[in-house]
Amino acid sequence: MSRGGRTRHVGLPRWLFGPALLAAVFVVLPVVAMTTRIAWGDFFSLVSSEAARSALWLSLRTSTASTLLCLVLGIPLATVLARSEARWLGVLRSLVLLPLVLPPVVGGIALLSAFGRQGLLGSELEALGIRIAFSTVAVVLAQTFVSLPFLVVSLEGALRTAGERYDVVAASLGARPTTVLRRVTLPLVLPGLASGAVLAFARSLGEFGATITFAGSLEGTTRTLPLLIYNLRVTDADAAVAMSLVLVAVAVLVIGLVRPRGAL
Amino acid sequence: MSALVDVTVTERDVDVSFEVADGETVALLGPNGAGKSTTLSVLGGLLRPDAGRIVLDGEELTGPGTWVAPHARRTALLAQDPLLFPHLSVLENVAFGPRSTGTGRRAARAAAEHWLAEVDAAELAGRRPAQLSGGQAQRVAVARALAADPRLLLLDEPMAALDVAVAPALRTLLRRVLADRTAVIVTHHVLDALLLADRVVVVEGGRVAEQGPTSEVLSRPRSAFAARFAGLNLVSGVATPDGVRRPDGLLLHGTAATGDHPPPGSPAVAVFRPSAVAVHREPPGGSPRNALAVVVTELEPLGDVVRVRAGELAADVTVASVAELGLAPGSDATFVVKATEVDVYAQ
Repeated sequence: MSRGGRTRHVGLPRWLFGPALLAAVFVVLPVVAMTTRIAWGDFFSLVSSEAARSALWLSLRTSTASTLLCLVLGIPLATVLARSEARWLGVLRSLVLLPLVLPPVVGGIALLSAFGRQGLLGSELEALGIRIAFSTVAVVLAQTFVSLPFLVVSLEGALRTAGERYDVVAASLGARPTTVLRRVTLPLVLPGLASGAVLAFARSLGEFGATITFAGSLEGTTRTLPLLIYNLRVTDADAAVAMSLVLVAVAVLVIGLVRPRGAL
Repeated sequence: MSALVDVTVTERDVDVSFEVADGETVALLGPNGAGKSTTLSVLGGLLRPDAGRIVLDGEELTGPGTWVAPHARRTALLAQDPLLFPHLSVLENVAFGPRSTGTGRRAARAAAEHWLAEVDAAELAGRRPAQLSGGQAQRVAVARALAADPRLLLLDEPMAALDVAVAPALRTLLRRVLADRTAVIVTHHVLDALLLADRVVVVEGGRVAEQGPTSEVLSRPRSAFAARFAGLNLVSGVATPDGVRRPDGLLLHGTAATGDHPPPGSPAVAVFRPSAVAVHREPPGGSPRNALAVVVTELEPLGDVVRVRAGELAADVTVASVAELGLAPGSDATFVVKATEVDVYAQ
């Protein structure tokens, strides 16, 4: 378990290294191949175009917003799932995982059905003067919808591993439930919480299907980086590849942030 | 601050009732699974009993229609593991209780420093729990529990996870801090009971088997567990004019060492020390009054003697005798004890 542990007591079967190497190559090769397709001469003008900068900025803003929303909603949900013993929570746990297995496009359609103008809450929201679909808010909601399970699963696992023993001691020392949560429970699962948040951010950054279905692809408002790349793919392949590299760079940066914790 | 406990936990078949007087330390003794930890959980408010009540210092904590949350009970828990919060320094750990109950930062810090000094751990204040040895961590845990100013201190085998080398120091520390405190301690160690507890409550099978002042229970036990705990042999049955008759008909001769011989026909116990037992391979001649045919079940070195166990009974013999007699688990043997060594009293 220790991070610095170098001793291995049981040898690995040699044949394991073949498929392991194949898997690594399978992941890395396409990304490397993409860099060979880049027109380096135009690279900087391509990635610094008005459309590119606005898409990158929108992506970073919406992903940050959806990560915060995931934290605000996900921490309570994960805590309830990890600590409460009610039977029906088993069902809830499965339902929360739904966005993980749903095709994102289906997620987008579901969001439209709930928050779209013709949707379940559409008329109520309309009456309040709120229009969500095809706005930046819709982008954030779509990203939150698909990212929330990553945070919840990661945090719930960390909470279960940490156990309740410290919480019990804290309560016996006179700490109210809120104090226990704030000063003991959450600080103890900080690595799990951080890796969950980074995963949620990465998932939000790459979100495409639910966004394009629920929010559309309006430049400056809802056209995030993945949507821009998809658009450019047909009209300007060089620019699409260049922007892809930008997205890869951001993703690598995000992985670099979370990897040293080893809590993925 | 006195405590009154009378609770039933149906699921775990626990139904116990005892009292803790103001400033008194009560040891809960009993075999594993007897209900000691369940009782402690109920006291701390971690487990809701099916029936009964707990009254602490006149305030009902648990009862029909009453339920005080664990954090509001002021019943600090000291567990087997120190469970210091790993993300806080030693000082912050000890200040946790006062801070949580609304004490200001500076006052909480002062209280923490006071209690750290009280357990001789002032120099550890700036360390992280990971930088402490097991004994140091448990001392800090004691300071943390005391800093919370508990009305009732709950100790769940606080020495069990410690090295034998450091346990005596912590026991001495606990003896000092528990001196005028109301506390309940669960323990498996006879020294804990002797040095820390004013009274013991023996729990067996979820019921109180016996209770009383520590010295009385350990010197004149009435339950099989307390006898084993005190290192004494106990045979229970009904009193006869000259001893105690076991349910299987065997009569153990003995006399009341103090007080009156229990009236014949009443439940009584015959108690004798393992060192008073002589072990023979063949039934000895001269028809001694107390000769018990037994099968050796276990041999256990104990200082300069060997404790020969035969089921519930034990005899202490020298190493040389064990070799001479060729004793081993499974051997047939006869335990002989003089009637004058057998104390008889009512159960």
